[in-house]
Amino acid sequence: MYSEKVLDHFSNPRNVGELEDANAVGQVGNAKCGDIMKIYMKIEDDTVKDIKFKTFGCGAAVATSSMATEMVKGKSVDEALSLTNKAVMEALDGLPPAKIHCSVLAEEAIHAAIEDYYNRQGIQSDKVKTCGGCCHDCHAGEE
Amino acid sequence: MTNKIYMDNAATTPLKREVLDAMMPYLTEEYGNASSIYATGRDAKRALDEARQTVADALGAKVNEIYFTSCGSEADNWAIQGVAYANKNRGRHIISSQIEHHAVLHTLQYLEKQGFEVTYLPVDEYGLVRPDDLKDAIRPDTILITIMYANNEIGTIEPIDELAQIAREHKIPFHTDAVQAVGHMPINVKELGVDLLSLSAHKLYGPKGVGALYIKNGVKLDNFLHGGAQERGRRAGTENVAGIVGLAKAIELATADIDENMARLTALRDKLISGMQAKIPYCRLNGHPAKRLCNNVNFSFEFIEGESLLLMLDMKGVAASSGSACTSGSLDPSHVLLAIGLKHEIAHGSLRLSIGDFTTEEDIDYVLEVLGPIVQRLRDMSPLYEEVERGVKHV
Repeated sequence: MYSEKVLDHFSNPRNVGELEDANAVGQVGNAKCGDIMKIYMKIEDDTVKDIKFKTFGCGAAVATSSMATEMVKGKSVDEALSLTNKAVMEALDGLPPAKIHCSVLAEEAIHAAIEDYYNRQGIQSDKVKTCGGCCHDCHAGEE
Repeated sequence: MTNKIYMDNAATTPLKREVLDAMMPYLTEEYGNASSIYATGRDAKRALDEARQTVADALGAKVNEIYFTSCGSEADNWAIQGVAYANKNRGRHIISSQIEHHAVLHTLQYLEKQGFEVTYLPVDEYGLVRPDDLKDAIRPDTILITIMYANNEIGTIEPIDELAQIAREHKIPFHTDAVQAVGHMPINVKELGVDLLSLSAHKLYGPKGVGALYIKNGVKLDNFLHGGAQERGRRAGTENVAGIVGLAKAIELATADIDENMARLTALRDKLISGMQAKIPYCRLNGHPAKRLCNNVNFSFEFIEGESLLLMLDMKGVAASSGSACTSGSLDPSHVLLAIGLKHEIAHGSLRLSIGDFTTEEDIDYVLEVLGPIVQRLRDMSPLYEEVERGVKHV
């Protein structure tokens, strides 16, 4: 059911862990739904210098977290914000329909971390849009 | 690709060599239709009669009380719909439990749409139905009680004799889905006092695609498949002779050395349970510690999710299953785990290991060796565990 890339990112996840000196931390999802993603970033000079994640969830949740952190690392904050769940999915050679919400969660986790960064820096921005974090409310992939 | 260690015998079991050998003639030279009058047809008919006798003997039933079906789900569908429709003028109320297999639950939900009313009895923290709850649920218009013999996820064995006794006192037909129990514990339908009992061949080292329904003589139920005189006109369709012969051989083998086999499996099961409890913190055994199938182990591990656990076990060659949402095909974890009172987040982290006749002591040792590090690896990745660790560190 999973592509080779998903299985690779699940069994050898990139960027797992915490960042001691993170200045951007975001968490989305909830335990009741069975998925939580937490992203730690170190942002300097408007660039994502370092990024780590921790995820409670299924194979797809771990793989999308891993891929999303890879895609954002070293990019500008605006580039990170423009990461879409579709791009994460394509980079993983697709996901089963029931797992599309995991890729949405990965996009949301990146957004939540950047929102936290903006808040800490006192930056007003309307670039960040996050979901409620409940998978029951997520209709991604249903259309 | 096959898994080195197969721990999903509650999903299905491998076909035993003796069973295949018994089936082979009916897949090759003895291809006759059991309804035909010539020699090869008569041979098929004879094999069918013998198989029916074997199954009847294994259950303590009469030979004319055994009806072959295409699977356990069909037997459940037939028993429930058959009794419901045959008695619909007498009443439209059915009693069941919250932890039934979907073959029962979805059939009941279908009947609810047809105007029947169903009471789903709750279970206690171990998954046991309380006999007093059944007594309280019975109404003058109750026409059927259907409660599973043993639960497929958590292995809890229900007090069927006691529940069937209550049904008998109220003259209500009692059906039990015994798909997980037959072949794994001694069962005698007369001693139990049930009116209908479903079973399946592939859970006891027989072939897929064949099951049976025990219907006690005198129980009123509608026919299920129409179109022929097979199964005494009650279930049409050319008989799956090879499959039925396979079922009979499998049930014969399972019941021949059942006490010895149960003792061996119970010892392996308990070794697995106590090993997991000793090695892995923040876990709980689901289901009853003693009133449980000899082949079932079900645990919940806090802070991790079941599908990830299954994928990592698969990478180590171990086949198992989980009641997490991601494996149930919906967003909710297993209805059984929720019914025994588990919170969603604990239910998501469940693992079922079901052992079998081919499981060895070495298999148990191997699983105990790999499981702890896998759970720890997933916890190290989990933001939920991070909070616990921090709590511990700050003490």
